[in-house]
Amino acid sequence: MTDTLRRTPLYDLHVELGGKLVDFAGWEMPVQYPLGIMGEHKQCREKAALFDVSHMGQVILQGENVGEKLEALCPQAFATLPEGKARYGFFTNEDGGIMDDLIVSNAGDHFFVVVNAALRDQDIPHMRAHLDGVEVTEIFDRALVAVQGPKAEDVVGALCPAARDLKFMETTVAPIDGVECRISRLGYTGEDGYEISIPEDKAIGITRALLAHEDCEPAGLGARDSLRLEAGLCLYGNDIDQSTSPIEANLAWAIQKRRKEEGGFPGADRIQRELAEGPARKLVGIKPDGRAPARQGVKVQDLDGNTIGQITSGGFGPTVGGPVAMGYVAAGHTEPGEQVNLIIRGKSQPARIVALPFVKQNYKR
Amino acid sequence: MATYYSEEHEWLTVEGDTATLGITKHAAEQLGEVVFVEQQEVGEEFEKDGEIGVIESVKAASEIYAPVDGEILEVNETLADNPGALNDDPEGEAWIYKIKITDAAQLEDLMDEAGYKAFIG
Repeated sequence: MTDTLRRTPLYDLHVELGGKLVDFAGWEMPVQYPLGIMGEHKQCREKAALFDVSHMGQVILQGENVGEKLEALCPQAFATLPEGKARYGFFTNEDGGIMDDLIVSNAGDHFFVVVNAALRDQDIPHMRAHLDGVEVTEIFDRALVAVQGPKAEDVVGALCPAARDLKFMETTVAPIDGVECRISRLGYTGEDGYEISIPEDKAIGITRALLAHEDCEPAGLGARDSLRLEAGLCLYGNDIDQSTSPIEANLAWAIQKRRKEEGGFPGADRIQRELAEGPARKLVGIKPDGRAPARQGVKVQDLDGNTIGQITSGGFGPTVGGPVAMGYVAAGHTEPGEQVNLIIRGKSQPARIVALPFVKQNYKR
Repeated sequence: MATYYSEEHEWLTVEGDTATLGITKHAAEQLGEVVFVEQQEVGEEFEKDGEIGVIESVKAASEIYAPVDGEILEVNETLADNPGALNDDPEGEAWIYKIKITDAAQLEDLMDEAGYKAFIG
């Protein structure tokens, strides 16, 4: 517990901007800036917000047939991922649970992978152990900055015209202020936007230049969480973990057709069975009727008082203007519109199953 | 009329054997933007250190602990529709309860304004 917290290349800038720093997965990260979580959330939905996500693991995979080899660890079709494209995926375990979720990009002469901060020390040895003939290099000298929101293209495009030409889930290398950066059009807010990998010694300078745009403000992990929750995006450790299958987690869309049919990844038995027969429980959106937020761990009951599931992520949705939640409920209770009760501090509070996302995703396809 | 402060960051303005209770500006700043307040009902009796409500911010849920023994006489119902008032004016308009104090001797365990300022540093 007394271990020194790790700091990102943007640490000094967070302090200067008045960021409130907290321990997140062993990293000293800004949970919010003076604008506040609500204001930062709205900034991202209406204009553009900048997040430091340098705590996430950036990994380079080099070797022959990297995409094909990744297919032994993940149920995604990475062998056919075209150059310049990024794809959402996950490592599965032998029981069909999710070990971590990740973004894999085909960068031409290598693959670029981004994994969760808390699982760097699991994922990197996992890849080293199972990707024969692939050199796995964890990058420690680059920041990762997300610029998200309807104005993100203007903010990033002003410094890097090539960014405007990218579509959702495309990636390229282009100079920003004379520095080669990897720019990918994706994110974790439900909005259009980019993640930019920047050499650490240039990170503060480029971040300042991005923030100099009148429509761009810094935002912390608090807003990042409420934004992804409204967008219906899973948070590893809350909504997905070693015990949840991707089918239960509503992530069947992220498994390409060939892989669904052929299998050949860890846990394929369970995943293919659940695809065919339906899972025993499913991740759904849950909207409390009242104003009390329902947070992680809150029990979900049917109208007869039987426990049918549990909230895995919940809080206040600033764009929705009320509480929003996601959680697992038993098959048979997953239809939008179904009435349920949430047990919040011992009291039963009415809620409804709703379709995800809570806020329409706004990607540039 | 005197105002007392608790280590749980409540203020208590006492008049005779009744008092108005709320959370301090410092507490409101620490909580962040308040989105929901769960209050008890008029007539509920409580003991010092007992839980008498919950404040939910965008970040987390925080309990309100009773600074003294007492009974709820009045609930500030405007907070249900406007929980954000707890950020704007926590030591004024956004009071939480009016209470009856049943053991005035317990006030001696609380801090005055100078003591509270020193407590929060």
